[in-house]
Amino acid sequence: MTTETIQLQPVPMTKADLVTDQAVRWCPGCGDYAILATMQKVLPECGIPRENVVFVSGIGCSSRFPYYMNTYGIHSIHGRAPTLATGLKLANPDLTVFVITGDGDGLSIGGNHLIHTLRRNVDLNIILFNNRIYGLTKGQYSPTSLPGHKTKSSPMGSVEQGFNPLSVALAAEATFVARSIDVHTKHLGEVIKRAVEHKGTSFVEVFQNCNIFNDGAWEDVANAKTRAEHTLELVHGQPMIFGAARDKGIRLNGFQPEVVNVADVPADALLTHDERAQVSYHYLVSRMTLPEFPVPLGVLRSVDKPVYEHQVIQQGRDAAAKMGPGSLEDLVASNESWVVSARNGLH
Amino acid sequence: MSDPHAPDPHAPDGAAASAVAEAPAVGAPNVDEVESVIIRFAGDSGDGMQLTGTQFTNTAAVVGNDISTMPDFPAEIRAPAGTLAGVSGFQVHFSSLDILTPGDAAQVLVAMNPAALKSALSELVPGGTIIVNTDEFNASNLKKAAYATNPLEDGSLKGYKIHPVPLTRLNRDALKDIEGLTTKDMDRSKNLFALGLSFWIYDRPLDNTLHWIEEKFGKKPAIFEANRRALMAGYHFGETTEAFQRRFHIPPANLAAGQYRKITGNEAVAIGLVAAAVLADKSLVYCSYPITPASDILHSLAALKNYDVRTFQAEDEIAAMGAAIGAAFGGAFAVTGTSGPGLALKSEAMNLALVLELPMVIVDVQRGGPSTGSPTKTEQSDLLQAMFGRNGESPLPILAPATPGECFDITVLAFRLAARIMSPVVVLSDGYLANSAEPWRIPDVSAMAPIQIGHPTAIGLNGTGYLPFARDAETMARPWALPGTPGLEHRIGGLSKEPGTGNVSYDPTHTQQMNDERRAKVAGLAEYLPEQDVYGPESGDLLVLGWGGTFGALRQAVIQANAQGRSVAHAHVRYLNPFPRNLAAVLGRYKQVLVPELNGGQLALLIQGRFLKPVIQLEKLQGQPFRISEIRAKIDEILG
Repeated sequence: MTTETIQLQPVPMTKADLVTDQAVRWCPGCGDYAILATMQKVLPECGIPRENVVFVSGIGCSSRFPYYMNTYGIHSIHGRAPTLATGLKLANPDLTVFVITGDGDGLSIGGNHLIHTLRRNVDLNIILFNNRIYGLTKGQYSPTSLPGHKTKSSPMGSVEQGFNPLSVALAAEATFVARSIDVHTKHLGEVIKRAVEHKGTSFVEVFQNCNIFNDGAWEDVANAKTRAEHTLELVHGQPMIFGAARDKGIRLNGFQPEVVNVADVPADALLTHDERAQVSYHYLVSRMTLPEFPVPLGVLRSVDKPVYEHQVIQQGRDAAAKMGPGSLEDLVASNESWVVSARNGLH
Repeated sequence: MSDPHAPDPHAPDGAAASAVAEAPAVGAPNVDEVESVIIRFAGDSGDGMQLTGTQFTNTAAVVGNDISTMPDFPAEIRAPAGTLAGVSGFQVHFSSLDILTPGDAAQVLVAMNPAALKSALSELVPGGTIIVNTDEFNASNLKKAAYATNPLEDGSLKGYKIHPVPLTRLNRDALKDIEGLTTKDMDRSKNLFALGLSFWIYDRPLDNTLHWIEEKFGKKPAIFEANRRALMAGYHFGETTEAFQRRFHIPPANLAAGQYRKITGNEAVAIGLVAAAVLADKSLVYCSYPITPASDILHSLAALKNYDVRTFQAEDEIAAMGAAIGAAFGGAFAVTGTSGPGLALKSEAMNLALVLELPMVIVDVQRGGPSTGSPTKTEQSDLLQAMFGRNGESPLPILAPATPGECFDITVLAFRLAARIMSPVVVLSDGYLANSAEPWRIPDVSAMAPIQIGHPTAIGLNGTGYLPFARDAETMARPWALPGTPGLEHRIGGLSKEPGTGNVSYDPTHTQQMNDERRAKVAGLAEYLPEQDVYGPESGDLLVLGWGGTFGALRQAVIQANAQGRSVAHAHVRYLNPFPRNLAAVLGRYKQVLVPELNGGQLALLIQGRFLKPVIQLEKLQGQPFRISEIRAKIDEILG
C-alpha cells in the first residue's frame, strides 16, 4: 500500500462538528442546555479552527461542559481551571481557550485564581454560570446567594452577603466584563462572540437557572415577558434606555445613578454607555440591581491592555535579540570555569 | 568534588592535618602545607558573611582545591543587628584531597561579633583557632549575645587559639580618606577585610576577588575603592602583623582532568531543566511560587529567557501546579519547584496530573518541617509525603540526587522518565544540597542522549479513532496528542475512566484496571533504570543505606571505618520509586542494614514494609546535616 501525502484543507467548523457522542447528563430543564446550544451555534462563526479550541473546567454542573463539546478539553479540579488555562496559553498562545466555571467553582474555592487571572490579562474567555447555588453537591448556598436564602447548609437562612461577580471582576482589573442570561440566547451568542474577539481575559457572567435546587432565581430577568422592564441592555455609545416602551432611562445624579422617565429629561442628560471608560464608571454600572434599578446586560467593559502571554513571549524574543539565543554549552560551563590538567600521569 | 565511586584512603576527618615545614624566609612566618582546612565565617546578617564565604570558595576552587560548603543563615531577612537570631555563617571545607562534606566541625572560626562567637563556637573543634573582631566586643553587643562577661577576658575560651583583631578600626583607618564614604559604608566592607586576612593566612591569590569587586562595583567609585582597599588591608595586616606566625598552603587536589566550574544544587537543577528542554526540543515552562529554599531556581530560570524558558510566578503553590498541568497539556516541558509546605498544597493537583497522565517534573527542595518549620535548615522528611500524601492509590516516580552536581543529572533523568511513561516525576533535593557548592566537571552536552518524544497526528491513526488512554506495549504510556492537532480532539479529566477511551466511567472493572495500569506503568521503570550499586564489600556484616544529601557524610564515615579495619558497605539510593530492581537482593547480602536519615525513619519504613527486612535506624531532626562522626559512632556501636 502506498502512502500519499494528504493535504489537509481547513474545514469550516459547523455546529454538528461540535456535538460529542456523550449523552448529556444535566437535569432536564437545566439552563446549561441553552448555554451549550448557544456555544455550539456561535463558535463556528468565530473563524477559529476547531483543533485550536480548548475548554477547561473545574468541578460543578457547569464544569461538565467540556465533555459535551467536541474540541480539546480538560475537566480539572475544583476552582483551578484558570491556572491550567494560563499554563496552556503559556505553552501555546495560539489556542483559543475557554474557562467554564460556576459561582462556587469560580468565586468560592477558585476566587483567588479568578482574580489573578483577570489581573494578568491572559487571553482567554471565562464563562461563569451563576445559578446562586451549589447544584452538583445538591443545594448548599454559594458566594452569590442572597442573604436569607434557606438551603441545606443554611436552614435558618444565609447570614452572608453575596458577591456581585461583575464588581469582583472589575476590581480585579478585568479588561472585558459582560453579562447575559441562559435563555436570552441571541444576546448570549453575541456576548460570547465579543468575548472571543477580545484580546485579553474576557469575563462573562451568565445567569443560569438551576431548576432543581434554585428554580426561578433569575425569573424577573429571564422571563421574556418581564425582561424588558427589568434589564438594561448596554450598547456602547448608546444612551441607557430600558422598558418595554423604552420609556425609562438612567442618568447620573452626583455619583449615583437614578432612574428617570425619558420624557422628563433632555436627551443628553441620560448616561451614554462607554465600554472604554474609567473603571469606576463600570463599577457604578455593575452595582445596579433590582428593585431600584434594571439589571445591566451585555458588554459592560472592553478595554485593551497588554496581554500576559504575549508579553512573556516578547520578553523571550527581546532577550534572544539582546543576548543571542541561549547556548546550552555556555550555560553548563558558566563564565567562571577552570581547567584541571592531568598531573603526574593521573586522570 | 564528590565522586561516589572513587575509594579514598586519605579522606580527612575534621581535625587531622599534616604539616610540612618549608625553609622559612628571614622574618617571615612559616608556610605549612596541609591537606585540608575547614573554616567558618560568622557574623551578623548585615556583615556579608555569605559573600565572604562565597568569594573564599570561588578562589579555592579556581586554584584547584576540592571544596564543599555549607551556608548557614537565619530565616529572617534582617534580625536586629548584633543579636543571636541574626547570626549568619558560612563554612568552607577546602582540600588537596577528595572531600565529600563541608566538615563535621570548623578548625578556624572568623567571628565578627559576640553573637557570632556565641552561636558558632559549638561548630568549632576543641582547641580550634578563633579570629575575632575585638572592636565589636562592647557592652551593648555582649548583652545582645547574652554574655554576662566578655569571653575574650573571662578565661572561658581557654584552650582555643585566639587571634584578636581590632578589625572595625583597622578597616576604617584604611578607608578613611576615600571621598563620599560614610562610616556606615566603611563598616560594610569589614567582611572584605576579614576575607583579605583569610587569603593571606591560606596563601590564596587575590585576583579572583579583585576582579569580582571591579565587576560588581566598577560603576560606584567610592564603594569600589572601599572594597578593594579593605581586601588589601586585610591581606597586608596578615603580612605585617606578628600575630599570625603560621601560614598554610593547601595544594590543588587530584581532580580528574577536565574543565570545571563551581556549582550548587539549585544551580544544577536550573541548568538541568534547561538541558532537558533542549534535549527534548521543547519550551521550558517553569511555574513556581517563591519559597525558601527553592526560590533561587525561579530566579535562575527567569534570567534565561533567551533559552526559550518561560517562567510563571503564580499566585500560590496550587496555581503553579495547575499551570504546569496546562502547559504539559499544551506540549511544553512543564515544571514546578517548591519545598515541603508547597508540596503539601500541590497534592490534589499532583493527583490530577497523575490521572491525566501528563509528563512534568516536580522539584521539592526539602527543608525542616513540619508546618512552616525551619525554612533555611535542611531535612529529608518529605519522602513519605511524595510517596503517599495524596488521596487514593497515587504512584509517582521519585528520584533523589546525592550531591549538588548530581542535581543536574537527576533533573534531566526526571524529564526523560516523565516523557517515557507520561507521568509527573518528583525530584527530592534538600536545603543543604541546594546551597552547598562543590567543583563540578562540566559535562559534554553534545554527548547527552536526546529525549525522543513523538506526538500523534490524525494521519498517523490510519483511520482508527484516537484513544487517549491506549497504551504503548513497552512503556504503558498513553499517546501525547497536543491541542492544535486536527482530528485528535478529545477530553480528559480527573474522574475515573474507562481504559482506552478515557471516557468517564465508574464501572468496577474499569476502576480496578486503570489503577492497575497506573501502578504497573511506574513499577515498569525498574526495568529501565540502573541497578543499585554498592561501595565497599559486596556482602558482609553491615550495609549503610542512605538517600539524598546525606551522601557525603555516609560515604566518608564508611571510608574511615574501613580504613580502620572494619568491613562496611555503602549503598545510596537515587530511585526511591520504583526502587532499583536488585535492591532486595542487595539488602539480603548483609547481616545488618543501617539507615541514617534526616527524618524520623521514612526510607526505613519503606524498606521494612516492602522487603520485610528489619533495619537499624539513625535519625536526626536538628536542621543540620549528619556529622561524619555521628555515623562513625553508630557504625561502631553496631559492630561493637
